[in-house]
Amino acid sequence: MISLQHVTKNYPGSALPALDKISLEIEKGEFVFLVGPSGAGKSTLIKLLFREQLPTKGEIYFYGRNLARLNKKALLNHRRQIGMVFQDFRLLKQKTVFENVAFALEVLGKAPKEIEYKVSEVLDKVGLAGKEKSFPAELSGGEQQRVGVARALVKDPLLLLADEPTGNLDRNTSRQLMELFETINCEGTTMIIATHAWDLVDQMQKRVISLEKGRLVRDEKRGTYGYEF
Amino acid sequence: MKSEGLTAMNFNFLRYCLRQSRDSLKRNFWLALVTSCIIAVSLMIFGGFLLLAVNISQLMQDVQSNVEICVFLYDDADKDWLAEELQRLEGVETIRFVSKEEGLEDFGRTLGDAALVTGLQGENNPLPDAFRVTASAAELVPQLAQAMRRLEGVEMAEYGEELVGELLKLTGWINRLLVGVGLLLALGAVFLIVTTIRLSVMARREEIGIMKYLGASDWFVRFPFLVEGIAMGWLGTIVATAALVAVYGKVAATLQQDAFAFFLRPVTSPEQLLPVFTGLLLLGTCMGGFGSLISLRKFLRV
Repeated sequence: MISLQHVTKNYPGSALPALDKISLEIEKGEFVFLVGPSGAGKSTLIKLLFREQLPTKGEIYFYGRNLARLNKKALLNHRRQIGMVFQDFRLLKQKTVFENVAFALEVLGKAPKEIEYKVSEVLDKVGLAGKEKSFPAELSGGEQQRVGVARALVKDPLLLLADEPTGNLDRNTSRQLMELFETINCEGTTMIIATHAWDLVDQMQKRVISLEKGRLVRDEKRGTYGYEF
Repeated sequence: MKSEGLTAMNFNFLRYCLRQSRDSLKRNFWLALVTSCIIAVSLMIFGGFLLLAVNISQLMQDVQSNVEICVFLYDDADKDWLAEELQRLEGVETIRFVSKEEGLEDFGRTLGDAALVTGLQGENNPLPDAFRVTASAAELVPQLAQAMRRLEGVEMAEYGEELVGELLKLTGWINRLLVGVGLLLALGAVFLIVTTIRLSVMARREEIGIMKYLGASDWFVRFPFLVEGIAMGWLGTIVATAALVAVYGKVAATLQQDAFAFFLRPVTSPEQLLPVFTGLLLLGTCMGGFGSLISLRKFLRV
């Protein structure tokens, strides 16, 4: 599904590459943790997969298509196949829970009836039924992140990318969120999650890809976090 | 099936865009109103210049198409001989003899009140007999007038060369002024629209960023702002047009009645005025749309 071949990413003004000759394969339906110290290149890898940025060298293939060679329409289609979850939730404060999630479908030009049905369904799935009319400020951090997940999920993505999704959550809420991710993964969505939540990584025993200073240093099928805190 | 889906999608898209534009205009109501007013003032001045240019152009056409050589005769001139000589000149199209009595009547009519020339009839009539000659082509007029002046019995042959020259000069100046002032006003108005839309974009910067992450196309992001800009442009244009119609209508009516302006015939035909107002609407729309697009450029790079 995803293939990285000798991918290097340099940022202007930085002596060291953010990613250095990374090659890896990710199969459909996999659950992958990206771990490593801050500045290891996890967020850069996520940005490259979303095609927010292009690699300086090397190639990234998504379902056989080179991401560097997508035209505007293909790029939109690519992004529509991916759900993004952010550490800071990125919810629109002036919109309700329902409107925040519905926004993802409005952007795709879906009909109001379809939007209503799908949003209700996904809010139920993430455990937010009954909170449709609440505004983000009225929700806990965990609930806000669930809205973020619902917004990513509502368009039925093939891949869900999450950059430090538990970074602003307490341990218990983080665990609940990871359980939700596991459920979503069981339904067929491929997951790539950049995280520092060592206990959850150790507990879940999923594939772990470890980056350090832009290099791939470890790739284990059933790995652990591998860094001390 | 595919096209049905596409139409439904476009309809949803349009509905979304219009809702967004409406909400944004509500949110920035006063700013949008001020911008529309400034567009209105700019277009009013620009439209005023346009109307002036249309009228001057009309006046020029009137003058040029009616260029007639007035050949004024001495009292003892041989009119029959002169008529033959004039007819013989190459380029002469028509000749009409206007006796001094007819000339006085014409003058009275031009002034709009025949009573004004009462007392000038008979021996008191200061006007000479004249021939009114038209040429087959306007460019032949100067040399024909020259030839006529040389004929015996001709006191003078005039065709308003100074007036035509002055009008041409004036038209040139007004056109230059129009272009210069019009450009400055349009630029100022576009700058204001850019500022207003930019504030609106800044208020929704986060939303735009999220839209891009959700896979929104550039046009999906752009369109509501474009509609917003165009709406401000339209509002400004409608106010400007209404004000211009009212003021111009009043001025034209006054000029048509005013004895001092007997030589001016203000343009009132819809065929000539419609392009001016359509042009203003188009300009207002373009200014609004253009301003929006400039504001959005850097926010679309995600």
